[in-house]
Amino acid sequence: MVRDKLNSQLVKRIILLLLAYVIIQLLIAVNIINDYLQATLVTICINIILAVSLNLITGFTGQFSLGHAGFMSIGAYTCAIITMKMPTLGGFVLGVVMGAIMAAVVGFIVGLPTLRLRGDYLAIATLGMSEIIRIVFTNLDSITNGAAGLNGIPRFVNWTWLYIFVVGIILLIRNFLKSSHGRACIAIREDEVAAEAMGINTTKYKVLAFIIGAFCAGIGGALYSSYFYYIKPDLFGFLKSVDILVIVVLGGLGSISGSVLAAILLAVVSTYFQSFPEIRMILYALILIIIMIFRPQGLLGSKEISLSVFNRASKFFAFGKGEK
Amino acid sequence: MQLLAVEKLTKSFGGLTAVLNLNIELKQGELIGLIGPNGAGKTTVFNLLTGVYAPTSGSITFCKNDEKVELHGLKPHKICKSGLARTFQNIRLFKDLTVFDNVRIAMHKNVKYGLLSSFLRLPSYRREEKEIADASMELLRIFELDGKKDEYAKNLPYGEQRHLEIARALATNPDLLLLDEPAAGMNPAETARLTELIKWIREKFNLTILLIEHDMSLVMKICERIYVLDYGILIAEGTPDEIRSNKRVIEAYLGEDVSNA
Ligand SMILES: Nc1ncnc2c1ncn2[C@@H]1O[C@H](COP(=O)(O)OP(=O)(O)OP(=O)(O)O)[C@@H](O)[C@H]1O
Ligand SMILES: [Mg+2]
Repeated sequence: MVRDKLNSQLVKRIILLLLAYVIIQLLIAVNIINDYLQATLVTICINIILAVSLNLITGFTGQFSLGHAGFMSIGAYTCAIITMKMPTLGGFVLGVVMGAIMAAVVGFIVGLPTLRLRGDYLAIATLGMSEIIRIVFTNLDSITNGAAGLNGIPRFVNWTWLYIFVVGIILLIRNFLKSSHGRACIAIREDEVAAEAMGINTTKYKVLAFIIGAFCAGIGGALYSSYFYYIKPDLFGFLKSVDILVIVVLGGLGSISGSVLAAILLAVVSTYFQSFPEIRMILYALILIIIMIFRPQGLLGSKEISLSVFNRASKFFAFGKGEK
Repeated sequence: MQLLAVEKLTKSFGGLTAVLNLNIELKQGELIGLIGPNGAGKTTVFNLLTGVYAPTSGSITFCKNDEKVELHGLKPHKICKSGLARTFQNIRLFKDLTVFDNVRIAMHKNVKYGLLSSFLRLPSYRREEKEIADASMELLRIFELDGKKDEYAKNLPYGEQRHLEIARALATNPDLLLLDEPAAGMNPAETARLTELIKWIREKFNLTILLIEHDMSLVMKICERIYVLDYGILIAEGTPDEIRSNKRVIEAYLGEDVSNA
């Protein structure tokens, strides 16, 4: 009985996920989502990956990080360099994997010394680390072409790849958070002393959060470089880290669906007002201020909306006939 | 059989010596009290035993299955894994998490499934998560909190928060349970119920318990032996009757009453 219900839920979810994929793929095919909107779509997907992975570090494990763009840049450069040498699909996949692994290694290195730091101090340390990464990329002329950046990176990323990575990363991080290991991370955010006293190796789980978060940010960066042809160190500066943090805080620290929602919302606002550049940034800032005044915990707080929302919606449209 | 041996334990905070040359011995299955006036150093002893503070000097030996573990210098989570669990004087629940999650988190140390299992929800994940959920519910039932499993810990009444802290400590499956003023803030009826509960869990979980408490009715009723601290020094040790008539103890407590007056 319970099994059947679980299975039917699973089937429904898979159908919904496929449906979302197919609809957008169709919209792209008939050019309703034109090149310009497609760039927005890509930005949304990459921002979701970045925000969800930062949320794991900051929202769920409670480690304030201002260096997420640093991890992203490592994935971007690694993937770019590999695909430029090996402009094949295999090269692209290798690039993404290596980008993620390199970012995770750096995440580990960044995670270690920051363990003794908390709150603001940790934020400043992570900011410093990401600046160091940026400066290294700027000065490694022979490999990264310095401040001018890398141009003509082969494009392999399309909607299909993006969708696979976005859904995959969200699912993996969600599963992690619902395991004992994920609960250990959340316990650290809640009360580090109590978490240690209850047998949780807080050091290990803080570093682990950084590693997983950096790994996913590396993937985000790899996808970015493969879609936008061109990367340079300045793209991954302090402002980019803040951008990601804004999405996380806006959506709600500790809410994955909040990050998804906020990434979409901010991209839509900024695309919609593209033609009014004067008021666009003002509006963007205003929205943030208003939300922070009226909902300081973010759009969703630490709650999640799940696909069951769509379940209810589908029942409304009489999709779910025969379901109690 | 000896479970815990504390020898010449000393802790100084700068110029202040909170605990000086303390010797404590606990045998398997005992229920022991640790009392003393405010600021005597009782909580500091707990913090030393559980690794929150590193001792300035002295040793803490924990004996489990004839195996001796030196706790001095271990991190708190290692100490918890050796079999010590505690509650906190100023309740430290995971406030913004549910009652259920508070207990489930404390079962972490016995989890065997790895990261891959959590990411991919492999069968080992499902099996162990079910075990964790069942065991957590059983603990919550003992403390009559099963009906509130989905409430946030911070929304429980004070007395229930204290109960939840004990449930959470038990979830780590300890041999030695350290309770820091479990009856603080409870009314006499609640204290009486807690007294019974403590006796009962000791039998049920085969525990050794070390208990800090200001409520003398509770201490005198259930403790087999009592240690009395004053200004970080052990001033008396003995059965409740011996402690009740001990001159130094009366003086220490009288001193407090006088200074309070
Ligand atoms: N982290 C610390 N730094 C400095 N001094 C401390 C620290 N922790 C405790 N002390 C001091 O050590 C002494 C003993 O404190 P402790 O909390 O152990 O007392 P207690 O016996 O638990 O008192 P109470 O009954 O009020 O809980 C006090 O003088 C306290 O101020
Ligand atoms: Mg105390």
